[in-house]
Amino acid sequence: MIKLKINGQERSVDLDAETPLLWVLRDELGLTGTKFGCGVALCGACTVHMGGVATRSCQTPIGDVDGDIVTIEGLVGKDGSKEGHAVQAAWRALDVVQCGYCQSGQMMSAASLLAQNKKPTDDEITAAMNGNVCRCATYQRVRAAVHDAAKRLEA
Amino acid sequence: MSVLDRIRGDKPTDMNRRGFLAIAGGAGVGLMVGLKPFAAEAEAAAGGIVQFNPFVKVSPDGAITVVVKHLDMGQGPTTGLATLIAEEMDADWSQMRTEFAPADNVVYANLAFKAQGTGGSTAMANSWEQYRTAGAAARAVLVKAAADKWQVSQGEITVAKGVLTHPSGKRGTYGEFAEAASKIPPPTGMAQETPYKEPEKFKLIGKEGFHRIDNDPKTDGTAIYTQDVKLPGMLVAVVAHPPRFGGKVKSFDDAEAKKVKGVERVVQIPQGVAVLAKNTFAAIKGRNALKVEWDDSAAEMRGSEELLKMAKEAVSKPGVATATNKGDAEGALAGAAKVIEAEYTFPYLAHAPMEPLNCVVDLKKDGARLIYGAQFQGIDQPTVAALTGLRPDQVKIETVWAGGSFGRRAVPTADYVTEAVMIAKAIDGANPVKLVWTREDDTKGGYYRPFYAHKVRAAIGADGMPVAWSHRIAGQSIFAGTALEAMAVKDGVDDTSVEGASNLAYAVPNLKVELTTLKVGVPVLWWRSVGHTHTAHVVETMIDELAHAAGKDPVEYRLALLKDKPRHTAALKLVAEKAGWGGKLEKGKGRGVAVHESFKSVVAQVVEVTIQKDGGVKVDRVVAAVDCGTVINPDVVRAQVEGGVGFGLGAALRNAITLDGGVVQEANFDSYEPLRMGDMPKVEVYTVVSQQPPTGIGEPGVPPLAPALANAIFSATGKRLRDLPLGDQKFTIA
Repeated sequence: MIKLKINGQERSVDLDAETPLLWVLRDELGLTGTKFGCGVALCGACTVHMGGVATRSCQTPIGDVDGDIVTIEGLVGKDGSKEGHAVQAAWRALDVVQCGYCQSGQMMSAASLLAQNKKPTDDEITAAMNGNVCRCATYQRVRAAVHDAAKRLEA
Repeated sequence: MSVLDRIRGDKPTDMNRRGFLAIAGGAGVGLMVGLKPFAAEAEAAAGGIVQFNPFVKVSPDGAITVVVKHLDMGQGPTTGLATLIAEEMDADWSQMRTEFAPADNVVYANLAFKAQGTGGSTAMANSWEQYRTAGAAARAVLVKAAADKWQVSQGEITVAKGVLTHPSGKRGTYGEFAEAASKIPPPTGMAQETPYKEPEKFKLIGKEGFHRIDNDPKTDGTAIYTQDVKLPGMLVAVVAHPPRFGGKVKSFDDAEAKKVKGVERVVQIPQGVAVLAKNTFAAIKGRNALKVEWDDSAAEMRGSEELLKMAKEAVSKPGVATATNKGDAEGALAGAAKVIEAEYTFPYLAHAPMEPLNCVVDLKKDGARLIYGAQFQGIDQPTVAALTGLRPDQVKIETVWAGGSFGRRAVPTADYVTEAVMIAKAIDGANPVKLVWTREDDTKGGYYRPFYAHKVRAAIGADGMPVAWSHRIAGQSIFAGTALEAMAVKDGVDDTSVEGASNLAYAVPNLKVELTTLKVGVPVLWWRSVGHTHTAHVVETMIDELAHAAGKDPVEYRLALLKDKPRHTAALKLVAEKAGWGGKLEKGKGRGVAVHESFKSVVAQVVEVTIQKDGGVKVDRVVAAVDCGTVINPDVVRAQVEGGVGFGLGAALRNAITLDGGVVQEANFDSYEPLRMGDMPKVEVYTVVSQQPPTGIGEPGVPPLAPALANAIFSATGKRLRDLPLGDQKFTIA
């Protein structure tokens, strides 16, 4: 049995330690907001927070999980508002999504960036988000939404 | 003809040529033709929800649900179709909901194809009259129900933001009148007598500030894609495919695979060997543990070098078929003062949607249930019926959100759906099956944008203007070898191989476009903007060469040749103005332009580049001007063009599928790397004001990008980019 703390809840799973966190979240725990895109940490669709830091769950064996896990389903605003986290509010305000498949990962990367850097520059955003692929190429709006979320968090 | 007759799609007889050329971008859109009566009565369903016609449902709480007949793979038809219904019903945007239509090749046919399917940038164009009629029809009976209840005349009732009001002070919502309205026969003749709302009365169509209707589920993780579907008892299937196209299983050893915890079954299917497991990770591990020997006796064994050489040889000779022959191109070339000649090559391209291919099938004796991002129900449903011996109406397809497609989910052979069904058949439907392709499966799985070679010889007269244009194209046909070949390939010409060149927009008096179709055992498919992905590059870089040879400004030169093309002219002028065309550029920077019509829309783009210190190319800015007829949601239009620019740019910069001895060399996002944020230029999108019906927008943003980029590189370096992708070529500043 491996114990994990996911979105504030203790979960126990009876799986090999080598099993990637991605598949535990999706197939065992039904948290399907975290997506499978490449399986080898090249696209960022599977990004979750581990101990508050953006982490590729497809390359994180559950035996190596070190810290609380937060997925898109557990992303909350500072006051627990219905709007969700500032990145989610910004994403909606700027109509970032197209197919939407990569966007959980994009928002998890963005939220992690903003937790560490309250006012990232364009270059800092690129550095933090370059690992998140979007085939719909919503990058211009992702960038604008990170800036917008930074303002929302400041307010 | 009654309103509901007009809503109803035509009964599809067979897949006609017009329909499939429309998929591919050739022919017409929005065909509203001879219609069959529609069951006249509205139907009340559970929870008091009333369905007024195939497209509109109203709940007692006032929510209006729009039944979306198209797949939404990001291009936004859920938002667009909901906008059309909301507009005609004078609804409030917040009361709109959507659901995907079931498979029904009559009621939910794409009127441009006469079959249910999404593609060719037709979603809004073919639905423009149909969905507005559906909204107007529902509104009419709801208003009549209110008039009856209030004992007033219908004409005195106004509707705004979903609230019905009467001057007497009476107020109500659609939800209150839904049940009563369900008993009122729908109006007849209304669509002709009251032909929808006048554009000046639009509250939503063309207006800013209405957000995408799929924002919430796509930002909180609740949107369900095929990959997220889980049915009771479902097994996940991962398949070992042959390494070469056309390969077959010779033998396999599944002993190690069966030892993997969670693996339940291993079955051979025509497509390879499928490992079925309780979860995805076990299925992948099981597949990796399989030992398969392959029979390559019928496989395609050639590599990219041989294939491109064959294509280049083909264009060195006259084509096998002639697509366009106007005037006497060869004669004019022979007598011309100046001839410019160039050859071009284009590689195979994978669609590489973020969600790798997948499909859920629950096969039972008396019916099949499929759940997936279905893009071509009109093909998939009869294909599954034929595979299973079921009737088409016993094959139920539930469409869910698709994590991209770019054409890959609409396949004339229904390849991935067939694979899922064959696995379900191999286990006699014992469990529901979710077929999952890994990224590597998706990259190596074929159905690529075909490779092509082009050769153009163009002559200019003493005034610098073109007098002749000979254009030879060689590559695979998308339709050849499919069930649609007979109706889609005419006189040896598959229009998807030549579209965008065969209908050259520029006034050239002598034009010949020839095609040699090559037979290769690699399956090919439409890829966002289809033939225009290569023809636009050739036409728009060659016209730039001619302008340069004539010593003329590339925009002025084009305008002079587009005098009878008002939409091209408007887009070109708008983009030149917004981009500051003609303005000074620093040394090391370049600016290029292209304009191209595809899917009935015209897009012009100006690309600005900087040549880096190491000689690499950085794309700084792309300005686009679009004429797509009436704009339904301006922000979705902008988003599609921004995305089209990014999609085209990734391919132009570095994407190619290559084969070595028949084996695809690319596997994941390292060897087939999509555009990343750091590569994305600043994109500005402007629209030409139009009162014409809407035309395509999902694809037309792609074709002008690569040629405008190539022309920008030329303006900075003096070097022409004729072989895509750019790759890691280095340039020196001119």
